[in-house]
Amino acid sequence: MSLLDFARGPALQWAGIIFVLGMVWRTLGIFMLMRSSPLSANRDNHLFEHGVRTVWSRFVPAPVFEKKVSFQYVAGWIWHLGFLVVLLFYKVHVMFFEGLLGFGWPALPNSIVLAIAGVTLGVLLWLLGRRIFNPVLRYISTFNDYSSVIITTLPILTGLLTFTHFGIAYETLLAIHMLSIALLLVWFPFSKLFHVITLLPSRYVLGVKFWRRGVQA
Amino acid sequence: MTTRHVPLGERMQARGISRRSFMKFCATTASLLALPPALAPKIAQALEAQHRPSVIWLSFQECTGCAESFLRSNTPSVESLIFDTISLDYQHTLMAASGHAAEEAREEAMKANWGKYIVVVDGSIPTGDMGYSTTAGESNIDTLKHVAEGAAAIVCLGTCSAYGGIPLADPNPTGAVSVQDVITDKPIINVPGCPPIPAVMTSVLVQFIAFGALPELDHLNRPKVFYGQNIHDRCYRRPFYERGQFAESFDDEGAREGWCLYKLGCKGPTTYNACAVLKWNEGTSFPIEAGHGCLGCSEPNFWDKGSFYAPLATATHLDTTELAVGALAGAAVGLGAGYAGRAVQKRNKQGPFEAQPGVQPTAQPDPAEKEKS
Ligand code: SF4
Repeated sequence: MSLLDFARGPALQWAGIIFVLGMVWRTLGIFMLMRSSPLSANRDNHLFEHGVRTVWSRFVPAPVFEKKVSFQYVAGWIWHLGFLVVLLFYKVHVMFFEGLLGFGWPALPNSIVLAIAGVTLGVLLWLLGRRIFNPVLRYISTFNDYSSVIITTLPILTGLLTFTHFGIAYETLLAIHMLSIALLLVWFPFSKLFHVITLLPSRYVLGVKFWRRGVQA
Repeated sequence: MTTRHVPLGERMQARGISRRSFMKFCATTASLLALPPALAPKIAQALEAQHRPSVIWLSFQECTGCAESFLRSNTPSVESLIFDTISLDYQHTLMAASGHAAEEAREEAMKANWGKYIVVVDGSIPTGDMGYSTTAGESNIDTLKHVAEGAAAIVCLGTCSAYGGIPLADPNPTGAVSVQDVITDKPIINVPGCPPIPAVMTSVLVQFIAFGALPELDHLNRPKVFYGQNIHDRCYRRPFYERGQFAESFDDEGAREGWCLYKLGCKGPTTYNACAVLKWNEGTSFPIEAGHGCLGCSEPNFWDKGSFYAPLATATHLDTTELAVGALAGAAVGLGAGYAGRAVQKRNKQGPFEAQPGVQPTAQPDPAEKEKS
């Protein structure tokens, strides 16, 4: 079995299964945990609306921190959206999903996706460098932080190399690209990347807690 | 037989081939082998001077497509000229009518040219029940071992002899193997393809006859000069691939416009062969030019690499049913973990609370005392 056969076959197969299993397991496990019940009277009567408002308000930096964290926000937005666009709207990726799901959707022209992938990779590498070289960030970073950024960056990097047929043989590049995706899938449910599921609910819970106590978060 | 040396000119005349055609053949071969044009006359000289080398051709589990591809020609083609420079002493398909005399001729040729003859093999070798494939009552594996013993080199013609090919495809009922799985002590040149391009085969033989040397081979024992680049890198549809213009079906607008066939399963990007350059039928066309994606027939296990019509970018084993099973298993584990987590939460709430190991309770000042002071 060649490396590409392994990547297209058992590697993606098991990675996909582990990904789905892990995501469902952790999501259910977390949502089944008991929430603490409030010990005092609510100071707000529209907790649901205000919880939802907190979910959205955190998408932009709080005015008081604007200067300090705006770069982080903008960079985060760029690479998250870039990653999604490349994942879902590159023609060859649509073919992959079509092969799996039985249906596809319109894709973007290659030139646009290529540019977006380039910017996404640049931002991710910049953020990784910043994490390494900024003393404060370095101090608070753990293995989970570094590994998650690297494992997220690898598919974009290897994808670009595959697209451009850079350096080594296409089949080896494609195999490495697929293996990097397999790694991402396996890593996803058990690392901080799982925030894809927990981010919005936890913002909502936090918002409700604040508003209940009269804090307009 | 290799006994009487008839001059090449005489032989060519007998077949109605002009000297001009012969020189053209030598020049073409030199260019195919990436040799400088100045070497063409040297090739001609060498071929003319050569005592026709003995070639023993063994056919095992095969469809005769490779032999057909190599031997076919209704007019004397460039490729067919090779038969004027070799002595084909045994080919059981062609010599079937001769009965056991064919095997006797083979033995004679082997004896007369021990250590110098070339063995050409098409077809894979069954290792299961020997009755799967025999010639003149002898199993293929015995024939191969016996004939290979005195060979100078073995040329595997076609994917079946080079890698096992279609007979080796899952579930491989005959236990088929390739020549290099059986013979490990002789130089082996693989010329894979289903079938291979005749000019490639011819050039390999000419190089061996003219210079007594094997061509430079890649990691799969293929001549680098023909198998060094993949189809995709030389495909005239490549600009459409770069732009992401893919034919969606074999008869849509894109297909008519000559767009890339990647989405229709083309394996050109992972297939190393010279089809896009040498083409077929006297350089007329090749599969991609005819509108069908490359099947990857010159690669090992090409039959077992998933559907011919699935793009390379798709997973071969992953499907939604398996993902659903994974989700169900995840739900079971998640429910279990959730209940276990709740139980721990309940127990923690009920107390009695225990200090965590290593944490010393700190003495809090009495508020009454504090007030007094
Ligand atoms: S048709 Fe096949 S070989 Fe040609 S560019 Fe498209 S994928 Fe590559």
